[in-house]
Amino acid sequence: MGGTGSDQTMNLTLNVWRQKNRRAEGEFVTYEAKDINPDMSFLEMLDVVNEHLISRGEEPIAFDHDCREGICGQCGIVINGSPHGPRGATTTCQLHMRSFHNGDVLTLEPWRANAFPVIKDLMVDRGAFDRIVAAGGFITAPTGNAPEANSVPVPKENADLAMDAAACIGCGACVAACPNASAMLFVAAKASHLNLLPQGQPERSRRVLGMVERMDGEGFGGCTNHGECEAACPKEISIKFIARMNRDHHKASLLRIFS
Amino acid sequence: MNAVAPAATPARSAPNRLSRLIGSTIGLKLVMAVTGVILSGFVLGHMAGNLKIFEGTEAMASYARLLRFEPALLWLVRLVLLASVVLHIVAWLQLFKRNQEARPKAYRQTTRKEADYASLTMRFSGPFLLLFIIYHLGHLTTGTFHPNFKELDPYHNLVTGLRVLPVAVFYLLAMAALALHLWHGVWSLFQTLGAAQSKQASFARGFATIFTLVVVLGFAAVPLSIMLGIVK
Repeated sequence: MGGTGSDQTMNLTLNVWRQKNRRAEGEFVTYEAKDINPDMSFLEMLDVVNEHLISRGEEPIAFDHDCREGICGQCGIVINGSPHGPRGATTTCQLHMRSFHNGDVLTLEPWRANAFPVIKDLMVDRGAFDRIVAAGGFITAPTGNAPEANSVPVPKENADLAMDAAACIGCGACVAACPNASAMLFVAAKASHLNLLPQGQPERSRRVLGMVERMDGEGFGGCTNHGECEAACPKEISIKFIARMNRDHHKASLLRIFS
Repeated sequence: MNAVAPAATPARSAPNRLSRLIGSTIGLKLVMAVTGVILSGFVLGHMAGNLKIFEGTEAMASYARLLRFEPALLWLVRLVLLASVVLHIVAWLQLFKRNQEARPKAYRQTTRKEADYASLTMRFSGPFLLLFIIYHLGHLTTGTFHPNFKELDPYHNLVTGLRVLPVAVFYLLAMAALALHLWHGVWSLFQTLGAAQSKQASFARGFATIFTLVVVLGFAAVPLSIMLGIVK
């Protein structure tokens, strides 16, 4: 792995949101992160800070993480106002300390949305996303062996678009970045990747109606076309999918009204 | 963990189904987009009509008579416009409330990457335009706020009305607000109506830019010409 080749370590000041539990009033607490290797990931830097906290008998900073490879969607911290930090197309776990400078002051906040209650410190409950998917983000198909891949023809353009949408890892950075805490990019990606494929057609209308209704019910805001979600998305999912979902929703609603 | 809510249950009646569309976030946005199309079309036509002032008093007067040749039609258009403005505002108020409630706790620090000045100020340019519309109707349609109003003499009313410097400045400020509102609004309605477009280089963005420039420069030409004494 390419590093900076530098032995220079960094010292940073962190203003971290600390909140004991869902009901507690949180507050910002300042920590010094000393002797940080620029080749550490952001989460490894937090691991180091936490080891110091534990050795002093203090409560470590709670944050979500799992694969640390940028593919699971677990991690996510708002760093200086940007979900997943300043680099584009990068999850927090894939963000390296060389993206910052020695002496930087960083503000670390959880995703802030009514639909994502804080569990502890920087961890939020993204169960709302699971409930949206459960409201239509699936296909009803008999289980068993995977069918022969080429038995159902899929136009190349649709396969590519569906793949772009399916890249969504459900991290919630779109909600965190949106000035309205809207989940429309997530819902659009999850609805579109199935609505673009033959396997998704039988439940096409039910899917978009069900998922949007659940999205509204969870208390997410609406899209005002700022484009912040797209800029924050670590998988660079385009807001074109929101337009596609809008169209699918208009069609499905009209079909429902006149059926 | 809350229980998983069931997927959309079939609605029983068509009105119920319609209210479910209108009640959803996307339905409310659809109301904003459709009324936005109507109002954008209106400002384009209004701007084109205003340019008659450069043809003189008689052209302006015959244009005014043309608009009034059938009172029923005039009132139908007015009602459609009024309904569009009301629906545009009502839908926005509902969406605005939801958007406010969606993030009860604000971030300490926010970094914007793609949002622009126009998109972030829609909530200010909109109410400002409403104020302007109320003043403008009282100024040049009913004459209530016009010190020297002559019924069915639009050329006279325009020139004497906009010769007053603060009034002309207010009109120009309203056109600046209209520019911001149209530029983001016209692009947004493509997105809401379902024409997949990217925010930067796309047909919708180009269309919004050209449409805004044509409408706003066309409108602004009238107060500017009167202020500069080109139209007397």
